[in-house]
Amino acid sequence: MQGFGKHLSGVKVPHNKHTSACATEEMPVPARVIIPMAQSIGASCTPLVKKGDAVKVGQKIGDSEAFFSVPVHSGVSGTVASIDDFVTASGAVCQAVVIDTDGEQTVSEEVRIPEYEGKEAFLREVRNSGLVGLGGAAFPTFIKLNPKNPDEVDTLIVNAAECEPYITSDLRAMLEDTDLLIAGIRRVAKELDFKKVIIGIEDNKPEAVAALKPYCDSQISLCILPSKYPKGGEKVLIYEATGKVVAEGQLPADVGVIVMNVTSVITLETYFETGMPLVSKRVTVDGGAVAEPKNVRAPIGTLYSDLIAFCGGYKEKAAKILQGGPMMGIAVPNDSQPLLKNNNAVLVLTAKECEAPEPSPCIRCGRCLWVCPFDLMPAAIDKAVRNRDVERLRTLKVNLCMECGCCSYVCPASRPLVQQNKLGKQILKNGGGK
Amino acid sequence: MENLVVTCSPHARSGETTRKIMMKVLIALLPAGAFSVYFFGMRALYLILICAICSPLFEMLWCWLIKRPDSTDDLSAVVTGVLLAYNLPVSIPIWEAVAGCFFAIIVIKEFFGGIGQNFINPAIGGRVFLLISFATRMTDWSVIEGTKAAGYLSAVSSATSDAVSSATPLRSDTVNFYDLLLGRTGGSLGETCALVLIAGGILLMAMKVISPIIPLTYIGTAAAVAWLCGENPIYHIFAGGLMLGAIFMATDYVTSPATNKGKFIFAIGCGVITMLIRIYGNYPEGVSFAILLMNIVTPLIDRATMTRPFGALVPAKGGDAK
Repeated sequence: MQGFGKHLSGVKVPHNKHTSACATEEMPVPARVIIPMAQSIGASCTPLVKKGDAVKVGQKIGDSEAFFSVPVHSGVSGTVASIDDFVTASGAVCQAVVIDTDGEQTVSEEVRIPEYEGKEAFLREVRNSGLVGLGGAAFPTFIKLNPKNPDEVDTLIVNAAECEPYITSDLRAMLEDTDLLIAGIRRVAKELDFKKVIIGIEDNKPEAVAALKPYCDSQISLCILPSKYPKGGEKVLIYEATGKVVAEGQLPADVGVIVMNVTSVITLETYFETGMPLVSKRVTVDGGAVAEPKNVRAPIGTLYSDLIAFCGGYKEKAAKILQGGPMMGIAVPNDSQPLLKNNNAVLVLTAKECEAPEPSPCIRCGRCLWVCPFDLMPAAIDKAVRNRDVERLRTLKVNLCMECGCCSYVCPASRPLVQQNKLGKQILKNGGGK
Repeated sequence: MENLVVTCSPHARSGETTRKIMMKVLIALLPAGAFSVYFFGMRALYLILICAICSPLFEMLWCWLIKRPDSTDDLSAVVTGVLLAYNLPVSIPIWEAVAGCFFAIIVIKEFFGGIGQNFINPAIGGRVFLLISFATRMTDWSVIEGTKAAGYLSAVSSATSDAVSSATPLRSDTVNFYDLLLGRTGGSLGETCALVLIAGGILLMAMKVISPIIPLTYIGTAAAVAWLCGENPIYHIFAGGLMLGAIFMATDYVTSPATNKGKFIFAIGCGVITMLIRIYGNYPEGVSFAILLMNIVTPLIDRATMTRPFGALVPAKGGDAK
């Protein structure tokens, strides 16, 4: 199946998918892991272990009473060295369990194949798996799969677009875990009674298309998307695959759709087949400063420095380390960051790869407007933010911005448009209440 | 490890810069400049060079005066200078050309805050300033003896002591279509040859500097109005400054609307006003005034043609239900 016809705007970014042919390598267990308790957009977990406790692989080490939360498990066996404060990439502080590994990787008794009957029990097990949206949003999966209007939701869209440059972890997942993916899709579709499953995939991944094609049937179909960033944006993908518009304030479920990332589906199926919760992650380690770019499977909590060392260490001086891709990834201050659930790439960029000239005045060329997938007016928003004009920001609908980065990417004046949009959203939130 | 750079996403850039865009505009202006020198002689080259050098010099001076970092390396002042030169007759005294550059850069561009802030196209501002201040000289289409221009135009004009004076093409009935296309006519330096201007326009579009909306709509509207008023549309779109204006002046980013709908309205306005001035006005040429007037209403067009973002709910009319 081809896309819906009319495409939303975007930019053609260099793919830089150097690692697309690199089969995933299992990384040796690092000496120490740091597992933050806040790894979903829900409430932060409370550690269930204390200093000196022995932990095993798959053991639950953090949970929360809050509804909007997902438990955290250990991916290593060893001893809890300490419970430390940890600053997340967004600047919030949470606790983190630091574990010294013993290298044995003893599997916990808690890990057993889940048995369930009915939707309620299924969703409870999804929560137990520790699964969050692995495409990057870290939205608790058990909540996403439980919409308020279950009868109206009949379509599952599997997000296999992987539109960010460099990243190939989803591609490798589709090639290496094809069976798990298909079984996972069938399981979710069966439990939640989805009539239709659409796998949205960019046309720069012909090998994945070839791998998935044999599984297409009356229920599962492929939607081949043009490789124009950001086709993997949730609202963009829904529109491209179904023609449905998720309006302001709506969730995908409101238009009858639920979107899951491919790796999320595979992780879910892994849990139901083996009982092993989300404790390790396939991640692309790439960038000009890394000696041997690879796809690596590593326990969650593995430090970036260990990942980079496994990939041959630094080849050049690193200027930026990104959690995620170059378009939406978060720049981290050092390489002692732990691998998180929703981390699908660690990019170590040289100064040349991420050079950004000083901003100069806007020349009103309109490029930001041409490329915005949502037809926003970033240059006008930039001006309204500088003027702290709440009314204007409301008219310009800054709240709809998904921060994909297209506007900043094309701006010839190098203006920090995404940053201004983010600021604009905050101003609107704070100033809108009066 | 040493401190890393931490910034907001995105961390990749397309590499496009204001300077590169201006460079592309200059490249697209080259064919018309080359033709101008070929046709009007070396004095055309001097005029173009003087304007191209004086404009950034004025900007540099201004930056120094108000203690702002020098911004001339974006080349926008050079583009203004070249465009202004293309709008001057070859016979204009050098000091008047320099005065035009001063007005364009200092009064129109810098007084309003520099690049991106001017409310009208600086080159048009400069031209209109000269047209009003030195009306006779700005419409003196004398050409220099011994140049190609003199050769072609002597057929339609009488020789004077050291220059050949020619009628302005828009008031002449003796100019034919092929002469206009190939530039064998009197006029400002860069406006005579439609062919090289169209080539420049195609270059601009191929380099993705401009979209075709403004030039095509402008030219189309002018032709339609001419036809409605019983004039020869082909003649009107190839004569005078229309091609130069529609391709290079009306498409100026700063002073034209941002959205496609806005560009369309803007270009229709330009076309209609140009033809009204040409047919009913006192001035033989209306391109500069038309673009200038539409530049002024651009902020209004921008307000009226805001995009409707994807997924935005239309605000309920008539206030809240509660």
